[in-house]
Amino acid sequence: MWTFVIRSVLQRLVLLVVISILAHSVVHLAPGEPSQVDPSNPRLKPEDIARIREAFRLDEPIHLQYAYWIHDLFTGELKSFRDDQPVLPKIWRRFLNSLPLFVCATLIVWTLAFPTGIAAAVRRGRAFDRGSTFLAYAMISTPGFFLAYVLILWVVDTFNVPVIGMRTFGMDAGSPVNYWMDRLWHLVIPSAISALGGIAVLSRYVRSQMLEVVGQDYVRTARAKGVAEDAVIYRHALRNALLPFVTMFGFLIPGLIGGSVIFETIFAWPGLGRLGYDAILGRDFPVILTLNFIAAVLTLAGTLVSDVLYAVVDPRIRYD
Amino acid sequence: MSAAPGHVVAEPAGGPLRASESPLQQAWRMLRRDRLAMAGLAVLALLAVAAGAGKVLTEWYVVFDPAAVRLPEKLRAPLSVADAERVAPEDLPALGIYLLGTDELGRDVFARMLQGSFVSLSIGFVAVGISVAIGILIGGLSGYYGNVKLGFITVDTLLMRFTDVMLSFPTFFLILTVVALLPPSIYNIMIVIGVTSWMGTARLVRGEFLSLREQDFVVAAQALGLPERRIIFRHMVPNAIAPVLVSATIGVASAILTESALSFLGFGVQPPDATWGNILADGRSFIFDAPWLFFVPGAAILVVVLAFNLLGEGLREALNPKLRSR
Repeated sequence: MWTFVIRSVLQRLVLLVVISILAHSVVHLAPGEPSQVDPSNPRLKPEDIARIREAFRLDEPIHLQYAYWIHDLFTGELKSFRDDQPVLPKIWRRFLNSLPLFVCATLIVWTLAFPTGIAAAVRRGRAFDRGSTFLAYAMISTPGFFLAYVLILWVVDTFNVPVIGMRTFGMDAGSPVNYWMDRLWHLVIPSAISALGGIAVLSRYVRSQMLEVVGQDYVRTARAKGVAEDAVIYRHALRNALLPFVTMFGFLIPGLIGGSVIFETIFAWPGLGRLGYDAILGRDFPVILTLNFIAAVLTLAGTLVSDVLYAVVDPRIRYD
Repeated sequence: MSAAPGHVVAEPAGGPLRASESPLQQAWRMLRRDRLAMAGLAVLALLAVAAGAGKVLTEWYVVFDPAAVRLPEKLRAPLSVADAERVAPEDLPALGIYLLGTDELGRDVFARMLQGSFVSLSIGFVAVGISVAIGILIGGLSGYYGNVKLGFITVDTLLMRFTDVMLSFPTFFLILTVVALLPPSIYNIMIVIGVTSWMGTARLVRGEFLSLREQDFVVAAQALGLPERRIIFRHMVPNAIAPVLVSATIGVASAILTESALSFLGFGVQPPDATWGNILADGRSFIFDAPWLFFVPGAAILVVVLAFNLLGEGLREALNPKLRSR
């Protein structure tokens, strides 16, 4: 087991180096530079551009730029091109904003997707199954922002609550109760709306996984010896159907960065996705690269955790 | 997929097998019983007609002009009759009616949707074509030549680690980065979506190839001394194509969604080219004044993507050999 863990960690470190080199090359070799963000600005003279390129070390050979980036990243001296702020604290602040949204949405997805998927599998072919299948496909097939806009209109009309941003301006002057209720409303509605797609996808997985397990011999045996249907479903079948979902924990984390751009834009939520989007618009290479690097670290760590967890929960799997 | 070799259905799992039926006919028989998938197929057939008509009627013989700007007639509701006094005769819409209304510049939404149907569909198909081609190439190489050593590393290890690298990028963020850095063009969007979405296909094809390589008909073909090219493309690829076809169908759907998400962020296909995605993205500013600008493209994307997804699921069931002879 430990040799497996050590070997995977080493393999992933190599992968990480390759990923960072690749990302660095893509960003630096693609046309478009920080000095060209505003080419129509008449006050930007050639000597200014030369000064900018000099300051950002854009004239160095690309492998040296890579070395500078890695060096600055690990010594914590990496500065954003746009406002000269250190990159890591900047990302950390945005991460703290994204985290509640992500946790809340994930909780909603997992608590709703499992009952739906199990119920659909148990009632295979009946009205509930067909209805939930169709609804799930409809949700997967709708452009995320289209669904979000329609739901925002409905929520605002029906409940008369604010949904955009993290808080209502000026609310901190009110009582703490009002303040926190306001924060909560601002959190719950974006989470619920961004959770819809996840619920649709995950409940499909749960359903097919349950159907697979329900057809197994040991479930038939349990039924044959007269175990109550609820116990068959929840004790014999569900436990085995859950195994693959342990591995999904690992794939959740990267969604923090990649999956949130659209919803953070819709809800004007100052999180990681927005940070990345603004960095891309402003050609802020250090922020783009560091975000990408962190996402890769999270993905690789996630797959490692899921591999290990899989061996922990499933006694049939042994890594030597 | 054409005329898949008969040896795929060596032993159907019980049930009578009609001797004269090819695997393709069986799959079709299965698919026909799936009402949702058939509905999807019908929608897609309609869409193909619309896309063809869109190309012909908005570019070659301009019956519906998507680019005609009629400022006096902006934000007219669907089915409203054009006012012949305020619009130049050559700018009048066909039949004199704005079937789906007009947008903020007085352009005919129906004409733009028609033009967009071709563009959106071709983005989906070209992107998936690229991703399937790369996926089959990488998956096939690593499945068939996996044991070949290149120095200290096998081909399989090399290619699969590369696949892992690509999987470790946050895909949408990567697409966004590249699209934002490259000059905006419809071809860049197709290529970027294709190049960042082949990993699933590569893994599928590799898995299929690994199991096919051991099977008797491939061993026999090798023993007969057939050229490797023929073994791979004539004997192995047709047998590995079924899961690829399923994931490609669903891939077209997600490429259309990705394009609309890019449009929403302002990185999509740039005007004057219309796609459903950018009509929808532009329409969101007029959601109260001109809801048709938002709901028409939204509903169109929903229906078409749903059709692709349902057809893909139907194909998955129909092409699954375990379920086939039921």
